[in-house]
Amino acid sequence: MYHLIVFLPLLGFLIAGLFGRQIGDRNAELVTTIPLGLCAFLSWIAFFMVGVFGHDDHAQVIDIANWMTSGKLAVAWALRVDTLTVVMLVVVTTVSFLVHVYSIGYMAEDPARPRFFAYLSLFTFAMLMLVTADNLVQMFFGWEGVGLASYLLIGFWYDRPSANAAAIKAFIVNRVGDFGFALGIFLVFTLTGSVTFDAVFGAAPAIAGKTIHVFGADFDALTITCLLLFMGAMGKSAQFLLHTWLPDAMEGPTPVSALIHAATMVTAGVFMVARLSPLFDLAPVALSVVTIVGGTTAFFAATVGLVQNDIKRVIAYSTCSQLGYMFVGLGVGGYSLGIFHLFTHAFFKALLFLGAGSVIHAMHHEQDMRNMGGLRKDIPFTYWMMLIGTLALTGVGIPFTSIGFAGFVSKDAIIEAAYASQRPGAVYAFLCVVIAAGFTSFYSWRLIFMTFFGERRSMSDAHGADDHGHAAADDHAHDDHGHDHTPHESPQVMLVPLAVLALGAVIAGLAFRHVFIGGGFEGFWKGALFLGPDNKILEEMETAPWLVSLLPTLMMLGGFGLAYFMYIVQPAAPRALAAANPILYRFLLNKWYFDEFYDFLFVRPAFWIGNLFWKGGDGFIIDGLGPDGVSARVLDGARNVVKLQSGYIYHYAFAMLIGGAAFVTWFLIGGIR
Amino acid sequence: MFGFGILSGLLILPIVGVVCLLLLRGDDEATNNNARWIALWTTIVTFLLSLWAWADFNTSVAGFQLVEQRAWFSQAITYKLGVDGLSMPFVLLTTFLMPFCIGASWLSITTRVKEYMIAFLVLETLMIGVFEALDLLLFYLFFEGGLIPMFLIIGIWGGKRRVYAAFKFFLYTLLGSLLMLLAIMAMYWYAKTTDITVLLHTDFPLGMQKYLWLAFFASFAVKMPMWPVHTWLPDAHVEAPTAGSVILAGILLKMGGYGFIRFSLPMFPDASQYFAPLVFALSIVAIIYTSLVALVQTDMKKLIAYSSVAHMGFVTMGLFAMTAQGVEGAVFQMVSHGLVSGALFLCVGVVYDRMHTREISAYGGLVQRMPRYAVALMIFTLANVGLPGTSGFVGEFLTLIGTFQVNSWVALLATTGVILSAAYALYLYRRIIFGVIDKPNLTGIADLSMREIVILAPLVVLTLYYGVHPQPIIDASAASAEALIKGFDQALALTKTAGL
Repeated sequence: MYHLIVFLPLLGFLIAGLFGRQIGDRNAELVTTIPLGLCAFLSWIAFFMVGVFGHDDHAQVIDIANWMTSGKLAVAWALRVDTLTVVMLVVVTTVSFLVHVYSIGYMAEDPARPRFFAYLSLFTFAMLMLVTADNLVQMFFGWEGVGLASYLLIGFWYDRPSANAAAIKAFIVNRVGDFGFALGIFLVFTLTGSVTFDAVFGAAPAIAGKTIHVFGADFDALTITCLLLFMGAMGKSAQFLLHTWLPDAMEGPTPVSALIHAATMVTAGVFMVARLSPLFDLAPVALSVVTIVGGTTAFFAATVGLVQNDIKRVIAYSTCSQLGYMFVGLGVGGYSLGIFHLFTHAFFKALLFLGAGSVIHAMHHEQDMRNMGGLRKDIPFTYWMMLIGTLALTGVGIPFTSIGFAGFVSKDAIIEAAYASQRPGAVYAFLCVVIAAGFTSFYSWRLIFMTFFGERRSMSDAHGADDHGHAAADDHAHDDHGHDHTPHESPQVMLVPLAVLALGAVIAGLAFRHVFIGGGFEGFWKGALFLGPDNKILEEMETAPWLVSLLPTLMMLGGFGLAYFMYIVQPAAPRALAAANPILYRFLLNKWYFDEFYDFLFVRPAFWIGNLFWKGGDGFIIDGLGPDGVSARVLDGARNVVKLQSGYIYHYAFAMLIGGAAFVTWFLIGGIR
Repeated sequence: MFGFGILSGLLILPIVGVVCLLLLRGDDEATNNNARWIALWTTIVTFLLSLWAWADFNTSVAGFQLVEQRAWFSQAITYKLGVDGLSMPFVLLTTFLMPFCIGASWLSITTRVKEYMIAFLVLETLMIGVFEALDLLLFYLFFEGGLIPMFLIIGIWGGKRRVYAAFKFFLYTLLGSLLMLLAIMAMYWYAKTTDITVLLHTDFPLGMQKYLWLAFFASFAVKMPMWPVHTWLPDAHVEAPTAGSVILAGILLKMGGYGFIRFSLPMFPDASQYFAPLVFALSIVAIIYTSLVALVQTDMKKLIAYSSVAHMGFVTMGLFAMTAQGVEGAVFQMVSHGLVSGALFLCVGVVYDRMHTREISAYGGLVQRMPRYAVALMIFTLANVGLPGTSGFVGEFLTLIGTFQVNSWVALLATTGVILSAAYALYLYRRIIFGVIDKPNLTGIADLSMREIVILAPLVVLTLYYGVHPQPIIDASAASAEALIKGFDQALALTKTAGL
């Protein structure tokens, strides 16, 4: 069964990728979408079998084949199935299936559909290899595999320079993270002599507290290991400092944003920390770093999200921010909190993205919210779906109970845990996530108000004046097909996935709270997540004072109120506010100037140094002192003799080598006698 | 086989082809075609014979196999051939790549076809000889003799600046050869034999080891090429015809690495240990420096040439780490690089044959006209980047993890190469393949022909196959590599106790 779940998408990829043109567009869609439906179905069965009703304390490992064995190092292809795996299987296959279905409608007029569906299935396969990995190297395989699929899908519309640039940026920034991940793997192997999870986890307690001499200094062995591995997680999950690729990744088609850059791939970092909880739990300093980075990202991304005008970028920054929440949950030791938020977030964020896709579809590939407005009457179904997504994201629910939308249940638990935690950095993270909760509410409602309420702002002007370069999208839009420019509701094939995700966004928190983070914790996770004897965060978070429990809801209401005031009551207010604080506004609008800073610090110097090495190092110094210099001197000296010679270098070489060989022969024969 | 063993057969077969070619007369198109077919069949039969040798080869044995020996100059200097796990992969790589080279030259070489094919077949014999020779003098003759046909290939069938490139190539290798020759003579004087199997068990005094090591190093470092003696490679690649580049990157560069494994490490263990920091330093510089240089190249072949230097940096690093993963990874990396960089040069050849320029800026948007080509190039680019699932990953990963055990700083700095390689390789791909076709002369460009598909498809398959199942190559070298490491450690331990 697990073989089927993992390898069916690969099969779909191969068929659609290799024979897409032969079998036709519709068959390429079917040959990728139907197997994924089966995958999703089987995954839910696995979820109940292993997670809800299972009793097996140990992960089930299904060996497939040997990958590489060299000396002590043994790496296998294998599937590791435990509760953590099946949770991820459900998330990945369900969202992937829905996105496949949705794409049939969304991409209906794109000429390269077989390629698109092949890439989607390739991504799904790589993601499944990642979550079922039984060792760090296979995880790395999936890790880079999803990075490849992400690269291909961001750059799917290869005729747009901005898409190509975004694709490369995503790959390279991820590689920076992978640099740390790879070093982490090397270190794990050095410490434990293995890369297989069971062996590594078994060896971890013995290593805890030991120091190791690497990189010229003494470090706590597990701390440095976990920090390096976490660097990989930061890259993949777009955490502060390595986040710059995620907003640009919105250049890809919107279904891709929903699947890869919201629900699944970007959560791989969260999954990784949870999977390696037996290591991280023994490295408290590393967990503090995770907490602080998570908190910072949650806050930072939320501030930037406040002022963005591109509908997808708002949601992208929101994703970035929510990933920060997950890391705060992990960092305070609540691994299941992080995974729970990952689980619920997958539903409502995929919903928001696909909803945004439906809006964009309706607006003929317009993405700038300043050119929208009043859409709730034109596309009511999409409006309601987006509203549900927003209620879930902002965390609407009844305080002091666990009754509420999905985000309410999982996000508020993280906030409470951050408050309850004694870990250094937790207070800071708590403040960050509380403030971010207010911001989240503000930008989410701002999005709703700007898009669906008020008056329709000009749409025809937008195509020319668009400052994000999305006007190029018109190549793929419907204009060629004689549609008029009024917004239209999307076809059923796009709306049904929205409805399914909306269902998840409403009930996922309520239905699964008990098993993920409540009393059913032990019976559900069964050792898939490691909690040390001192780690009582799940109990401690229940004892948070009433004000802390109420705080997220208050922040949420505050954000809503402010957004309502600024975009419904006083529509002139945002402009006035921006004008009153130009520096702050520009700072946020330009995303804290990270892109400019990195460009200045890394990109330009790399090219500059490259040129210096090439022209100066290779050309001037090495060649100048080496071959060219030598030849110049030789020529100076031999100018008179040169006439005697044929001038063909290979003549000289030939003569020289024959002479050399003859000399040796003579010499050796003479030497023997 | 005529009193010779299978390894001699591998040396003789291409020469048989040469004789057949010499019997051809005339210079019309029919003769040229005959020459092409003769060369192709010769290389294919040679490859099949090498597979036979592979079938006879026992990977679980560390020592030399299929050994054959005949008198030559004396009892001390003989014609002795044999292969072990460290040389067998390279013999196979050589015979495997040759038919592709002939195929890639099918239409692009139109002048002096017969001579061209002769040069390639002679080159094949000499290259196989390098990996099979078990006598130092024999090795030297093959090693240096290989230069001559390569030299001719660049110098006659090369591009505009072929004379400069050939000259530079020659000047660099000259330096190394002379020093190596001196070292060989010194070794002969000391051990009274040039039999490699005996020399492998000869203990040279430490002081002598250092000189010998340096002399060999000079030769192998140029061949690798290591920084800073790498500047001949970009020029040689740029001027060489496509098949010449394939051989240069695929096989000739591997001779340096093979030399390190066969001579420097086992024969001069103390000196190798002594100089290992130097090798590490040069490897790191090679990886970072040439990757940055690759980033700013405007010529496709130069870019790939610089990336070859960077990839060879992983090889030298892994070798001198002297751990199982390091050495096996280095052998794997060499084989993988032979396939991948060979394939990349073939890919450059594909568009060069159509447009007659290697300037990156002359291309763009090729995916619209050449989707198949785009797929093939993508796979090789990803292998060059070291993406897991391609053969490029396995070598990099093993050498890095092997080196990390020995020196974490070296591994850390080398790992930055994975970021830089992604940058230059994807940047190249983007400029050639993606974007809109806006250059008028590109609009009519044709996708891969059947001949080109036949050439590239096996390389695509092997790149992916060895990415997910690299064990055949690792296993082939494992026994010999582990014996090498064991001998190395024993020698070091011996020196240590002697020193105390």
